[in-house]
Amino acid sequence: MPSITKPLIPLAPLAKNELGLTIRDYEGAMSTLCAGCGHDSITAAITHAFWELSTPPHRIAKLSGIGCSSKTPTYFVRGAHGFNSAHGRMPPIATGAYAANRELTYIGISGDGDSLSIGLGHMSHAIRRNVKMLYVIENNGVYGLTKGQLSASADIGTRPKKGEANEVAPIDPIMLGLSLGATFLARSFSGDKEQLIPILKAAVAHNGLALIDVISPCVTFNDHEGSTKSYRFMREHEVKEVVTDFVPLRREIHANIPTDGTRVVPMHDGSIVRFRSVPEDYDPHNRSNVEEYIREHQAHGEVVTGLLYVDESAATPHQMGHTPARALAKVPLRELCPGADALAALQEDFR
Amino acid sequence: MSLDLTPATLHAPGVNDFAVKLANVNGTGSASANSLMMQAIFRMGVPVSGKNLFPSNIQGLPTWYEIRVNGQGHTARALEYDLMVAMNAATYREDIASVVRGGYVLYDSSWPLDPDLDREDVTFLGVPLASMCIENFVAPRERILMKNIAYAGALVALLNIDLDVVSQLLAETFARNEHLRESNQKALRLGYDYALENFSCPLPFSVSAMNETAESILIDGNTATALGCLYAGATVVGWYPITPATAVMDNFQRLCQKYRRVPVLGEDGETTYENNFLIIQAEDEIAAIGVVLGASWAGARSFTSTSGPGISLMNELLGLAYYTEIPAVVVDVQRTGPSTGMPTRTQQADILLCAYASHGDTKHILTFPANPRECFEFAVTCFDLAEHFQTPVFLLSDLDIGMNDWVVPKLTWDEDWVPDRGPVISDEQLAGMKEFFRYANENADHVAARTFPGSDDKGAYFIRGSGHDQFGRYTEKPDEYQQVVDRLARKHAAAAPYVPAPIIERREGATVGLITLGSCDAAVREARDILAERGLACDFLRVRGFPFVAQVREFVESLEHCFVIEQNRDGQLRTLIASETGVGRESMTSILAYGGFPLSAITVVDAVTEHLEI
Repeated sequence: MPSITKPLIPLAPLAKNELGLTIRDYEGAMSTLCAGCGHDSITAAITHAFWELSTPPHRIAKLSGIGCSSKTPTYFVRGAHGFNSAHGRMPPIATGAYAANRELTYIGISGDGDSLSIGLGHMSHAIRRNVKMLYVIENNGVYGLTKGQLSASADIGTRPKKGEANEVAPIDPIMLGLSLGATFLARSFSGDKEQLIPILKAAVAHNGLALIDVISPCVTFNDHEGSTKSYRFMREHEVKEVVTDFVPLRREIHANIPTDGTRVVPMHDGSIVRFRSVPEDYDPHNRSNVEEYIREHQAHGEVVTGLLYVDESAATPHQMGHTPARALAKVPLRELCPGADALAALQEDFR
Repeated sequence: MSLDLTPATLHAPGVNDFAVKLANVNGTGSASANSLMMQAIFRMGVPVSGKNLFPSNIQGLPTWYEIRVNGQGHTARALEYDLMVAMNAATYREDIASVVRGGYVLYDSSWPLDPDLDREDVTFLGVPLASMCIENFVAPRERILMKNIAYAGALVALLNIDLDVVSQLLAETFARNEHLRESNQKALRLGYDYALENFSCPLPFSVSAMNETAESILIDGNTATALGCLYAGATVVGWYPITPATAVMDNFQRLCQKYRRVPVLGEDGETTYENNFLIIQAEDEIAAIGVVLGASWAGARSFTSTSGPGISLMNELLGLAYYTEIPAVVVDVQRTGPSTGMPTRTQQADILLCAYASHGDTKHILTFPANPRECFEFAVTCFDLAEHFQTPVFLLSDLDIGMNDWVVPKLTWDEDWVPDRGPVISDEQLAGMKEFFRYANENADHVAARTFPGSDDKGAYFIRGSGHDQFGRYTEKPDEYQQVVDRLARKHAAAAPYVPAPIIERREGATVGLITLGSCDAAVREARDILAERGLACDFLRVRGFPFVAQVREFVESLEHCFVIEQNRDGQLRTLIASETGVGRESMTSILAYGGFPLSAITVVDAVTEHLEI
């Protein structure tokens, strides 16, 4: 956990991944968030996911906006290239970086203020474009850095620490994503690393924008009675009927893929997402089915978690733009310049 | 020496020295007929300009086109019209009133002209354009469109424009559409023959072939800007549609489809194409500049094009780029502000907005092209400047430059061009380094080397718009913060000798200086010649970049008085010069034209004359 100081010499030898790196190599700076913050658990899950996937740290670009959540990229994968941008503006900056260099793994960390208020338009359009990136919303229902104002994800009836209960309809990023044509939608809970890590790994493999809404209680401003984003509320109301495993391409290609009606979704890179204990009437490829399922549970005050929707068939901006496999940033400028003869020739049209 | 202080007027019209104004209704197809006239005169080797004064509307509102022909090369906006082609009954009154005494009005005589509109001192040339087209064409749309070509035909006869040149242009334009080609040729002859039979052709002013444009092209600034971005190697762009900048991206896309598609032989023997570009039409201008920052951070050359309202929205991220030192090229095709203002009218009112864009202490590098040729050249310069100094750089074009066709010397390209990527550290260099810090080890221009994402772990760093020290680490300590922003100020100052140098022209005995920028150039030069003829020698300085080199201050200090001529209400260039060079504001008088139409020499001459009278 990056929120606690580690001993200089580990007590037991740490396990190594395929690159010979330990989990420590995927950690970052010490967290400066409040002790017990849900975000630190998400940071730990991200750290684990990248370590387990053996993603080379320097091939990761981590971006964020502004807010408590957006501070966290400092706390994982210190060897990754980081960009802490402006409030709500992470999606377009990630879009530009991805456009310039498609070879890297992009992870954007955002919060409910960052993505559902000031940057709602940007998030929506990044989803529409299907920018290949992992997009994590660390959703706590409040503005933490400015001391506890309710955010756009606060449920009706939820009470801030001080003040009246919320009467304004919340924005649900999963429902929004379904209507925007999102290609990968998941919801999880920061207190459930076992569920979150496979989802994060599947998201990295996804060919497009993978949106993960992680309910992440704010221990300081939104963990009290009356909050619907508290640890207690989530433990009591989470419905984990959609359970998923991630089977990476290389390591477990021989793994026993069940044939007993369990859904298996092959990802673009050849890895596999396996849905376990999915309700019989649940189809993660069917938008209206997914929406109906979530709504039914919401009506009962329940929060459905898991990998809820996936579509591997949609094209990314690079596929739509027919760009080369190598990064556009790596094409030598001389190759991009048509030269003097072409300039002379094309000016015949300007006579 | 006595000065002639009467209000300015241009010379009496004559051969290769006159101005025509065409009053039309927008959406009726007049634009192509009008530019056809201008292009024909250009092909006859005669210096010419065409200014499209159009409404922010698709169909039905008044629109004007002005053609100025001047063998001396003075092709700024005329303001005095020797011939009015009055094709819009809704604006007859003002159009007829704007013709000079002794001038001509060509109108559609299919309907009688209101006797109220008559003027004793101008000659009315009635051509029954509508009747002619109804008699000769069947399709309703054609009857409307061909009226334009018919009046063009009349102009060809009246102004002695080479009919063969015009026919050839029509043949080229409609090379793939025989029907339209024939209709156009027929309409052209209808107007031409009518004028020859009914009027004394040519008029006292007309066109006579010269050899002044053989090495020139006819191009608008937006196309030239797009060409510059193509040549500079831009691959990723983010943009949002806005008048008058949209054509920059339309052209960039068109050029990329022609020059950036690389054939690739597939395994199946089929040839496919790969595009060495990715254009992202963003959700707004905030996202557009965000895309540029992301792409530039990742090592691509990237730009956006917009106009004033877009710059307003981009302010936030321009500050981020400035403070985190990310290159960005921003094309601002200025239009009339504030707010929505007049989207199809020109102005130079974003100078201060761009110079100091975003909150906090910021200062940016600006370039000021005066014509499409400079748009091409400065666009390339902007990419080099942005990467050399790792900061946003603006190309401040305007609607007049961007959307009008200009006669400019042919564009040239130096095959030995080496792009200036600024200091960048490769993985090989990283291997030999003990440690890398993003903002440490500044060079002589106060710029520190960067790595690109994807570089070895050792080159990984964290960009933050929050307070950071010289190593890039988060800080809230006053001295560490100041150390960084002080270096940014030194870095900006260091750019002065790298931006396009000012054009300075001295005249024997001059005590007065004319300072200007951008599209004012042609009008100010012409004004300077007129003033010289009247006995007032003026020195001339056109700034082409910001920060200013010392010559700007020295120029102002070397003269008794300077005039700063610009197209905005508040004298923004004058303010910028005064605050950034330290010269006294009182040593400079503003001459301002900001109604939205291109500047005319008359305005400048009258203002200088009026000031000297006092």
